[in-house]
Amino acid sequence: MRLDIEDVTLEVAGTRLVEHIDLTVGSGAFAGLVGPNGSGKSTLLRALYRALRPAGGVVRLDGDDLHAMDARAAARKLAALPQESSAEFDFTAAEVVAMGRLPHRGRTAASDREIVAGAMERTGVVHLADRGFLGLSGGEKQRVLIARALAQQPGVLVLDEPTNHLDVAHQLDVLSLVRDSGPTVLAALHDLNLAAAHCDVLYVLDSGRIVAHGPPHDVLQPPLLAQVFGVRAHPVRHPVTGAVQLLFDLLPPTT
Amino acid sequence: MDCERGRARPHAPYGLLLLDVQQAARVKDGPVRRRTAPSRIPVLPLALALLLLLLLSLVGGVGLGAAGVGRGEVARFLWAGLSGGTVHAADAASYTIVWEVRLPRVLLGAVVGAGLAAVGVAVQAMVRNALADPFVLGISSGAAVGANAVILLGAFAGLGVWALSASAFASALAAMTLVHAVARSPHGLTPLRLVLTGTALAYGFEAVTTVMVFGAARGEAARSAMMWLLGSLGGATWAQLPFAAATVAAGWAWLYGRAGALDALAMGDETASALGVRPARLRRELFLLTAAVTGTVVAVSGAIGFVGLMVPHVVRMLVGADHRRVLTVAPLAGAVLLVWADVLSRLLFAPAELPVGVITAVVGVPAFLLLMRRGGGYAFGGR
Repeated sequence: MRLDIEDVTLEVAGTRLVEHIDLTVGSGAFAGLVGPNGSGKSTLLRALYRALRPAGGVVRLDGDDLHAMDARAAARKLAALPQESSAEFDFTAAEVVAMGRLPHRGRTAASDREIVAGAMERTGVVHLADRGFLGLSGGEKQRVLIARALAQQPGVLVLDEPTNHLDVAHQLDVLSLVRDSGPTVLAALHDLNLAAAHCDVLYVLDSGRIVAHGPPHDVLQPPLLAQVFGVRAHPVRHPVTGAVQLLFDLLPPTT
Repeated sequence: MDCERGRARPHAPYGLLLLDVQQAARVKDGPVRRRTAPSRIPVLPLALALLLLLLLSLVGGVGLGAAGVGRGEVARFLWAGLSGGTVHAADAASYTIVWEVRLPRVLLGAVVGAGLAAVGVAVQAMVRNALADPFVLGISSGAAVGANAVILLGAFAGLGVWALSASAFASALAAMTLVHAVARSPHGLTPLRLVLTGTALAYGFEAVTTVMVFGAARGEAARSAMMWLLGSLGGATWAQLPFAAATVAAGWAWLYGRAGALDALAMGDETASALGVRPARLRRELFLLTAAVTGTVVAVSGAIGFVGLMVPHVVRMLVGADHRRVLTVAPLAGAVLLVWADVLSRLLFAPAELPVGVITAVVGVPAFLLLMRRGGGYAFGGR
């Protein structure tokens, strides 16, 4: 499913946080959204899972206006992993995954069970089914939440910093899981090397505007990184794999 | 594994070798078990057992009382009442006690207990805080203000017998609206603001009630106002039952129909949105429902605390957090608890009666603390 964000502007409590965003993710592609803290990544994603209504512009899924849809119909097409993952009540992992079936109508308990089981199998969390969600490790939680999103059977999957608080192994694990999961993906990511390794296309957000987009190696050039993130980037080849990695240090103060 | 979907990787220079670390991650996650699985009791047998217990409790509640009426007589009177049979003139007084005083009281206790438990579940999901209930949100205290205005000041006299219910209901709604209005912020209605506002306003409402009690010249009126503040089923009549039962049943059915949405809301507003639930609207609906059921319940029984807080907790420990399961079991548990609490309130200092809220607190607090210590997989407030 194709995701088009057309000239979207977002306001929270009268403050304009994100302006005139144009962003397109082709069907089945993995797009990354990068930018410094406070650049508006989460705000933009909130508009996609309808926690926020755009003050201007349109979000389209295969051409259909997302915000004109019924809430449940939208949730059948677009699933999300918001950053909050604090449940107040201790649902089991299986119950959390089953919540992904909520937007679907005309479902039966048997078909739900099958889809939930399938989603848990794909994310490798079957053995956690009866464990309390709150007692899981960070990596396990993310896998369970991804299973919930997959149980929604969405065409588009939106992730807000899915690798936050995860160790390096789990970061890679979660991203390749998402990459192989099927839907079109738009993910806000902090780690630029991680984003470069996993994304087909990157959008760079700065102060609420898209300042660059394209294939990662075209976008992540030292001048742009200096301008947006305020760091000096040094591309370096990995001594073993030969992959290009970015190393960073602070820009010298300019006066 | 990265190529399973045949996706080309045009940016190979940035690629990392993923497989080794992935395997490492799986191995690391595997054997570590931080907490045992929450133990769950199957819902259906538990619900059936509670239903049976409730029926036995109703009969027991009718049979037990300060005025000694024999077991055989109680059964005979109940049968006479149900089948439209006759009783001897000599038994008229006992029959009246059983049929006109105890039976409606016991039934009302069950209805009120079920209603408080259901509304407790609703409020806890609404404010996403396991320590909330209608009393925390100030709705009960608000309803009590209305009830006391009728009792002490004769407000709404034009409404006749409905004055009490109507007033408690209206003031519950008013309290709800006030809490809602004060708790609102530009960012919407956050659980923390709701709880804080509710708690603060509850003190205000209680102060109003206290002023009314002390302002009233009639000593007996003050005493009955205290019963209202702490809760009592002493005024139960058949006339109160249909409306209270219908409101509680309708409220429960509405909640049960939205069990899935309540699950999503419990996971957080953003998650709820992503799952197709509109959290702000659902929360408003829950607020209205809470005010309606709480107002109705307070109108017939006063502000009985603890049931709405305690029962959902205990039920979650037994059957887990899933709202369909919780809403199946909690009303039955609340009904049984309140029927027996009321029996104790009648018997302990007979012929004087304790406010039933004292019993629910005295019985509930130790049980609550005990369960809290034992409750294996149950997390309080998610922290």
